[in-house]
Amino acid sequence: MSPLLSLAALFGKLSLLAVGGVNSTLPAIAHEVVDERHWITARQFSQLFAIAQAAPGPNMLVCALIGARVAGIAGGIVAAVAMVLPAGVLVMLVSGVWQRFQHARWRRIVQAAILPITAGLVLAAAAVLVRAADTSLLLLAISLTAATLNLRTRLHPLWLLAAGAALGLVLG
Amino acid sequence: MTESRPRLSHLALFNGFFHAGIIGFGGVLPFARRIIVDERQWLTQAEFNDLFSLCQFMPGANIVNFAFAFGARHRGVSGAAAAVTGLLAAPIAIVLLLGGLYARYGALAPVQHTLGGLASAACGLVIATACKIAGPVMRGLVPVCVAALAFVLVILVHLTLPLTMLLLLPLSIALAWRA
Repeated sequence: MSPLLSLAALFGKLSLLAVGGVNSTLPAIAHEVVDERHWITARQFSQLFAIAQAAPGPNMLVCALIGARVAGIAGGIVAAVAMVLPAGVLVMLVSGVWQRFQHARWRRIVQAAILPITAGLVLAAAAVLVRAADTSLLLLAISLTAATLNLRTRLHPLWLLAAGAALGLVLG
Repeated sequence: MTESRPRLSHLALFNGFFHAGIIGFGGVLPFARRIIVDERQWLTQAEFNDLFSLCQFMPGANIVNFAFAFGARHRGVSGAAAAVTGLLAAPIAIVLLLGGLYARYGALAPVQHTLGGLASAACGLVIATACKIAGPVMRGLVPVCVAALAFVLVILVHLTLPLTMLLLLPLSIALAWRA
């Protein structure tokens, strides 16, 4: 399969499985692009994810970065479009009837059913990233400190990313 | 949304989401909310919340879903295209530029050290996100078990995501139904 088709198939499939947001597909993306296809290493995956977080725009753009590694700028655009289009079409189809079911029991049940799955998958994403990124105790300490500060203070996340980068440069 | 509001033009949709995308560091949602609710008054806070709850409920990137749904309500499929293109055009260009720099200079030792620290901080933010999502889940034994099962299936069993969802979604819905 050509690289562009392969990217479109991979991210198009994951688009409809991204419950609660793209973070829940990170373990699947990492598994496919690192372990199965050997496009990038686990360390590169964690760094590309970090670049997407530090840049403006949605974090799903890590897909564009992976696509660009595989097939240049066209690969980046194909990967991003594949990740947003299937889910976007589905949302447009559903949005017309959404308000009608605002108080429907099944809507609350499905919402309640999706939440714990999302929680488990995002925890899995965190585990995958910790394993890939935190190769020393210092780096693990940076992760845990950033997590704690993000939960306990109102500091903008960009400050936490900048502080992590500076610590990496100085102490690395 | 109320019918009395005028339909937005394609250009207005593109512009509004373009602004949200380019200043949206660390998550676009708060910026999109400020532009759409406070500055341009395209939606009330309640309307914004209802549409956004749909986008969280459906699979995919929440804010991109929001651009699809909001654009489509105003100008159909082409309106959705205008909003989504506006949202993603500048961030994709920036990210691809950074990706190019990474490919060229990423292997240099100081860059590797900086990116190593950046990646650890970024993964800290995901840990925090996971805690925020898991917080309300941890009130009952059943949702905790479902969350733990999702984690185990993906991390330890290495089950693919389609299979994990095929297994967990019916189970979780059945459990939520009985509760």
